[in-house]
Amino acid sequence: MSILAEAGLRGRAAIVGLGELAPTKKPEGRTPLELISEAAMAAIADAGLTRGDIDGLVVCPAMMQYSMLWPSIVAEHLGLSLSYMEFVDLGGATACGMVARAAAAIATRRATTVLCVSGDTWDPQGMYLKPPPLLFPLRDFTVPYGAAGANADYAMAARLHMHRYGTTSRQLAKIAADQRKSAQENPLALFYGHPLSIDDVLASPMVCDPLHKLEIVLPCCGAEAAVLTASDRTQDLPHPPAYVLGFGEALDPDPFQREDFLTTPTVESARRAFGMAGLGPRDVTLAEIYDCYTSAVLIELEDAGFCHKGEGGPFVEAHDLTFGGDFPLNTNGGMLSFGQPGLGGGMTLVLEGARQVMGRAGPRQVRRNDVAFVHGNGGTFTEECSLILSRER
Amino acid sequence: MAPRTDEESRWFWEACARQEFVLQHCVACGVIRFHPRTLCPACLSAETAFVRASGRGEVYTFTVTWQNQSPAWRERLPYVLAWVQLEEGPLVLSNVVDCKPEAVCIGLKVEVVFEDAGEGLAVPRFKPFEGA
Repeated sequence: MSILAEAGLRGRAAIVGLGELAPTKKPEGRTPLELISEAAMAAIADAGLTRGDIDGLVVCPAMMQYSMLWPSIVAEHLGLSLSYMEFVDLGGATACGMVARAAAAIATRRATTVLCVSGDTWDPQGMYLKPPPLLFPLRDFTVPYGAAGANADYAMAARLHMHRYGTTSRQLAKIAADQRKSAQENPLALFYGHPLSIDDVLASPMVCDPLHKLEIVLPCCGAEAAVLTASDRTQDLPHPPAYVLGFGEALDPDPFQREDFLTTPTVESARRAFGMAGLGPRDVTLAEIYDCYTSAVLIELEDAGFCHKGEGGPFVEAHDLTFGGDFPLNTNGGMLSFGQPGLGGGMTLVLEGARQVMGRAGPRQVRRNDVAFVHGNGGTFTEECSLILSRER
Repeated sequence: MAPRTDEESRWFWEACARQEFVLQHCVACGVIRFHPRTLCPACLSAETAFVRASGRGEVYTFTVTWQNQSPAWRERLPYVLAWVQLEEGPLVLSNVVDCKPEAVCIGLKVEVVFEDAGEGLAVPRFKPFEGA
């Protein structure tokens, strides 16, 4: 048994309420705080609870409304009185990190019912006019070379993977195409009603070789919220719970000075999460894996243990990744089809994992919904956080 | 476009303006580090020697950028970004210039060239190594 399992954190909390706004391409005159509040109220109502039941709050940066004191600003907006509050800043691993902290706070009785909420008004054009506050030394050594965003690093990861293991653009494109099939059963997705073939992905403009436009996530506006409560308090709630059986994190802050760029801290975050849950990759029946780029999904699949290093290409080729397939992956379309509403992009994957485990995914419900592996990836494979959600404790 | 500098990094860009690619060498543990900072990330010692790198290395991985909406980069499209493994060990992000993008490959031998950035600073980029 792992140290984390021994700490008594396994299965002590469950996701019981979900709130998700339809993402939009433009802010449409709305502020992040407004969107966050709307998603929060939806999640609390979905859990069959009221504001007075919430005694814990976990938030994350809203890049377009960046401020100190963010937890209390959000709490004030929602009229919450709290015994626990937390601010999580782990890039793409933020949403999973928020749920992990909420679960730990519940297990250690710092709170009984915790609201995790994220939202932003990302607008790809507007971000050039008002860039997020990113001032750190490592970045000072990328901007002078025209590498201001994450596109280049994930493209270079794809390039190295192809060079070393023979991975093909077609294999990477299949991830985007399969996810798009699932998105056709998700009316909230930005690309609902826009099916996509592998050839369409490959015909889209090259952005950073070898990544095409349709292998790259689209930043957008939206908000997402989850309510967690103690597992022994779920019986009278309207929906079946998604138990948080395990969580794990790992950090390796400089991807290019580590031994191998393509072996990421996901190895450790997944090992820790599975260790706490007492499960392994073979027990997983669906996966929601951070898909800022197709190359990110491929490498995270390998490092989480679903296939060996270097075999991600043949793995995605051999499996039907749609919600009806033999390895359901990013079943709401993933961020590549749903959109990436700021750090809430990771939260849409958490919500979908919980939704599937709860049996509430409607027309895109997977057949076997016992165990979901949910994963967030921040920076360039630097911050990683994994969750194991389960139908049963 | 001049790089953003601070107290820990300005000397690096100033050295580039003198046509020197300078790395920090930890006197306490021997690790050569990049990017510049006061404390060695391996042992946290502040005892630092400065060594002039050969400026040669090879491409570890790269990407050809075809789209970048930022005004400063739009006119350079397509351009090559690469992580270059220096002979001294560290990997550094830079551009591969003075050749066609399709000539760049993993393992390509490269050498540094310096581009004046004004304000007494220069930016190191790399071009294919043409031999001694």
